[in-house]
Amino acid sequence: MKKIIEEKSDVTIVFAGDSGDGIQLTGTQFTTTNALFGNDISTFPDFPAEIRAPQGTVAGVSGFQLKFGSTEVYTPGDSCDVLVAMNAAAFKVNLGRLKKHGTIIINSDGFKARDFKLAGYDSNPLEDKSLEDFRTIEMDITKLTRASLEDSGMGKKEIDRSRNMFVLGFLYYMYNRKLEVTENFIREKFAKKPSLIEANIKVLNDGYNYADTSEVFTSRYNVKAAELPSGNYRSIMGNQATAIGLIAAAQKAGLDLFYGTYPITPASDILHELARHKNFGARTFQAEDEIAAICSVIGASFGGKLGVTSSSGPGIALKGEAIGLGVMLELPMVIINVQRGGPSTGLPTKTEQSDLLQAIYGRNGEAPMPVIAASSPSDCFNAVYEAVRIAIEHMTPVFYLSDGYIANGSEPWQFPKPDQLKEIKAPFIKEQSDEPFLPYERDENLVRKWAVPGIEGLEHRIGGLEKEDLTGNVSYDPENHEKMVKIRQAKIDKIADLVPLQKINNGAEEGEVLVLGWGSTSGVIKTAVTECLNRGIKVGHAHIRYLNPLPKNLGEIIKKFDRVIVPEMNNGQLVKIIRDKYLVDAKGINKIKGIPFSTQEIIQAIEESIVKA
Amino acid sequence: MSTEELLEQVKLSPKDFSSDQDVKWCPGCGDYSILKQVQSIMPELNRNKEEIVFISGIGCSSRFPYYMNTYGMHSIHGRATAIASGLKITRPELSVWVVTGDGDSLSIGGNHLIHMIRRNFDLNVLLFNNEIYGLTKGQYSPTSREGKVTKSTPLGSVDHPFNPLGLCLGASSTFIARTLDRDPKHQRAILLEGSKHVGTSIIEIYQNCNVFNDGAFEVFTDKGTKAAETLMVEDGKPMIFGAENEKGIVLDGLNPKVVDLSDVSENDLWIHDCSDKAKAQILTTLFDDPSESDHLPRPFGVFYKEDRFRYEDAINDQFIQSVEQKGEGDLAKLLSGQNVWTV
Repeated sequence: MKKIIEEKSDVTIVFAGDSGDGIQLTGTQFTTTNALFGNDISTFPDFPAEIRAPQGTVAGVSGFQLKFGSTEVYTPGDSCDVLVAMNAAAFKVNLGRLKKHGTIIINSDGFKARDFKLAGYDSNPLEDKSLEDFRTIEMDITKLTRASLEDSGMGKKEIDRSRNMFVLGFLYYMYNRKLEVTENFIREKFAKKPSLIEANIKVLNDGYNYADTSEVFTSRYNVKAAELPSGNYRSIMGNQATAIGLIAAAQKAGLDLFYGTYPITPASDILHELARHKNFGARTFQAEDEIAAICSVIGASFGGKLGVTSSSGPGIALKGEAIGLGVMLELPMVIINVQRGGPSTGLPTKTEQSDLLQAIYGRNGEAPMPVIAASSPSDCFNAVYEAVRIAIEHMTPVFYLSDGYIANGSEPWQFPKPDQLKEIKAPFIKEQSDEPFLPYERDENLVRKWAVPGIEGLEHRIGGLEKEDLTGNVSYDPENHEKMVKIRQAKIDKIADLVPLQKINNGAEEGEVLVLGWGSTSGVIKTAVTECLNRGIKVGHAHIRYLNPLPKNLGEIIKKFDRVIVPEMNNGQLVKIIRDKYLVDAKGINKIKGIPFSTQEIIQAIEESIVKA
Repeated sequence: MSTEELLEQVKLSPKDFSSDQDVKWCPGCGDYSILKQVQSIMPELNRNKEEIVFISGIGCSSRFPYYMNTYGMHSIHGRATAIASGLKITRPELSVWVVTGDGDSLSIGGNHLIHMIRRNFDLNVLLFNNEIYGLTKGQYSPTSREGKVTKSTPLGSVDHPFNPLGLCLGASSTFIARTLDRDPKHQRAILLEGSKHVGTSIIEIYQNCNVFNDGAFEVFTDKGTKAAETLMVEDGKPMIFGAENEKGIVLDGLNPKVVDLSDVSENDLWIHDCSDKAKAQILTTLFDDPSESDHLPRPFGVFYKEDRFRYEDAINDQFIQSVEQKGEGDLAKLLSGQNVWTV
């Protein structure tokens, strides 16, 4: 039967199964194929902290949500059009995300009595009448995959690992996509095991053909390529963009990159990515703990290299004292925090923005430092590049904030050419002049010189004790201490004179509501504001990259609106700073559930802010 | 001129290594002697001043870098070892010296110490052991003896102390040695030998805190007791001690025993062998409290040394290997990745 092809402007799919089902790989492959086809995409991987939680249970469900479209896509979608559920637990966790009249693709083998009991159902949920609102496509993926590889000579366990390829093939047919990208991926991934190449490609094709020949659905869908600005694109994940940004910045600055870190979710992938690129001169060092990681970076920076460390909230807390030393020494370094749910161990695999105050204030004494946040997976590149630039050119530790949502999420990226990247100039002092060397003498931006070991005549000692202005000698003089505290603050404040002014990123330049955001909420705020503009609300969206020091004109922007709301995935942190600094009655919109805001939640907050006022 | 003549010509003096800062340790502190001996051996390194870096943590001893006219960093408590690790990975050509105390390296910085040791960076650690917290005014330290009465232990310490060299050897140290603040000649010899070792050299220096723990090592330095209480070990030499060199150590299986040289020939004594790890482990156990009866003498000198690959060399080899395999990194290719589409 020839199937009808329906046009869609965008589609949201959730893949869900056991954490051992290869869900993340399936999602990533579907993403890459659609990205290369030319769709705009936003993804949201959602997985448990346990590596292999008990099979078939709700705790072990791994999910991957993606939205792809023929128009610009800024969020992975509030709710999905298609839910792929490999078992009853995956179904239970994700059913709430499915739109009315949406499609559920069910692996019936995952809905046996044992499965729905493990998921906490009394009876088979597929027999529930409430499912009548949805379109259900049931197939025994396990059986079909086993049949596909019947003659392969592989064991059942091994065969079952290819089930995700059957699903992927099925969806490629459904959405009218070619298999080529995934086939190439399989060839590369299993280059050393030719039998697995053959098997996986066969299952992929069988899934595709099964969708074609079976009568399970009558229409296929087509999502045209998006009309993105012309240029060259690739798909990129946030942590990957961060790693590439570091390499690019180091190269532009003419410095070797030293990355001292300790494994922690969700930051470790940056280390993994950098460790693959040793041929760029990147030295990665997996230290014995978080403190050693930041301290090794201080050593490398003292030696004249680009020192970078990374962690998530708990690790950042451990690094606090050493970061303060970095502030005191005035050496360049970047501290990456890929934020996750806190406090303490909190929710390691879930996203949150609750370390902003830690970044801005979380050190003993007066220890100001710049804080820069990335707003989307591809923006991680720009933000970390800027963090490196400021660290080096202003001789200071810089906090770079990402979070679990954008770190693991992906989107198309119009990548730059190396010569399009800003220059980065390290303030090295290359030789001794006739005057005695003063390590804490400063230029017009209050930046001191970087004098690295090996240069004759510049031998000097630095340390964590308060230092005398200019000479850097230890000083307990009261006047000097106050002066140095003020100088270190002024040096950071001065950066606001040199970075771009805040813009209204989207919507009205003045009016009823200003939505002030930072970090990974950019896409959802943009989508919500666009919808509110359509509804006639005079709303503007300003998204702050430079969180410390804040852009010089932010106060003026705030004054142009009747009210300010600040959506954050925390209990209200930026909002405190805004209220403190601008004496404005800004209202926090807060979600602390380990999952990003939905567009509807932001729209509702904008509308309610007007009604309430 | 030959290279040797050139070196001779520019040879620095100990004074060249003294900074313009006033030294502010308490009068009579053992640290003065160590500073002097370190400055005196510096010219022997045949390195320029600017190639030498001293890094310290927190504590009395950690003020050391301020007094050295080299590059230096006075960092935070316990972390000098970690900072030196990062410096050494990125600047392997520098001569790096870590100055630390018993609290700094064995208490708050214990973790970094053992991990630095197993990685075997080519650097030198001067572990000033005074068995007390001096800078915080007299609390017991992880090397204080059991029962030690201090401000924080008025009824005596119930902590069992660390045996620092035993700990370091347990962490796969490639060079361990012990010396004394009050024996300048021995100190200089050990410092020089440590500086020549390619790998992490751990030099424990017994240092008298005359304010909070005066006399802690007196039995090892006092003219009347020194000969009987100390065992100066030298590679290839039998273990002999005593005022008249009348006593020796034999190994009875794994047990060291004191013997009278009138009963035992020198040839039958334990002959010190710096390359014998098993025996070095036994040597570290000569750690008796000198106040106990039938205690063994305390050894000083180089206990053990071994040639093992350095972390910084290995990581550099990987870099070279990676360039050989993949070519030098091409930023344009890294930015574009492998799957590009054009709109």
